[in-house]
Amino acid sequence: MSTVEERVKKIVCEQLGVKESEVQSTSSFVEDLGADSLDTVELVMALEEEFETEIPDEEAEKLTTVKDAVDYIESHSS
Amino acid sequence: MLEGQVVLVTGASRGIGSAILERFARAGATVIGTATSESGAAAIAGRISEQGWQGDGVVMNVGDAASVTEGIKAIGQNFGAPTVLVNNAGVTRDGLAMRMKPEDWDEVINTNLSAVYRTSQAVLKGMMKARTGRIINLSSVVARMGNAGQMNYAASKAGIEGMTRSLAREVASRGITVNAIAPGFIETDMTRELDESQRDAMLSAIPAGRLGEAGEVADLAVFLASEGAAYINGETIHVNGGMYMN
Repeated sequence: MSTVEERVKKIVCEQLGVKESEVQSTSSFVEDLGADSLDTVELVMALEEEFETEIPDEEAEKLTTVKDAVDYIESHSS
Repeated sequence: MLEGQVVLVTGASRGIGSAILERFARAGATVIGTATSESGAAAIAGRISEQGWQGDGVVMNVGDAASVTEGIKAIGQNFGAPTVLVNNAGVTRDGLAMRMKPEDWDEVINTNLSAVYRTSQAVLKGMMKARTGRIINLSSVVARMGNAGQMNYAASKAGIEGMTRSLAREVASRGITVNAIAPGFIETDMTRELDESQRDAMLSAIPAGRLGEAGEVADLAVFLASEGAAYINGETIHVNGGMYMN
């Protein structure tokens, strides 16, 4: 079973069309990985699907880096 | 031509919506028509099965957020996420501006304009994922020309055109197009309410010398949903026999 971080990174690569080697845990979706605002919405949608969770809009806005997303998912999974 | 497409048409009981449902069904699409009442939805469902088309009639109040969200979710489960949305449902509450009641203003804006925001938002997730989709909004010639007695209606339709352009810019990169159709005077229950002098005045303003038929609007909707229209985006296309030219 992959770790949460591995699964998040995989989704980030798929959604943003970047290579796995470019994605660090501190990478910012917008500044480092070239995501635009629509990409970030889609990314959150994909994370919700992968982890079978709902991320409220006000929380989603705070998820700007890979680490943010991993932390959010780890603290909200049962 | 449109096999495999799941087309949601709001307000499909009568008039232009009914013609749009028919043309999409004949083009091979699965068609879901909405009505505000159980009997209206049953009538649409009955027509679809009678004709041997694919699809169903469903109850949806586009003026109500929960009804839209639940309705579109159910359609997704039963038929797959809509790939084409036709925002056709609309009402009129005509009256002179100076006497227009707040509820007549609110109802028209809510049913004609806010509804388009609700339904569009509800189908966008599926379209974004599919990397393709079509949203077709019904405007009206009065959005551009204005019409005495229709301040609320004209405002709602002009609003739809602005919404169409903004949304088109947002989602174009995902293969989704958002366009509007602005019919002029079409033979429907809405125009049949007019008396003879109003009708004559109307005809004198139409170079074609006749009212349009609902099918003449519906054919454009089918075209906009087709592959051939993939590069038309954010546009409002007029269908009015020449009464208003851009």
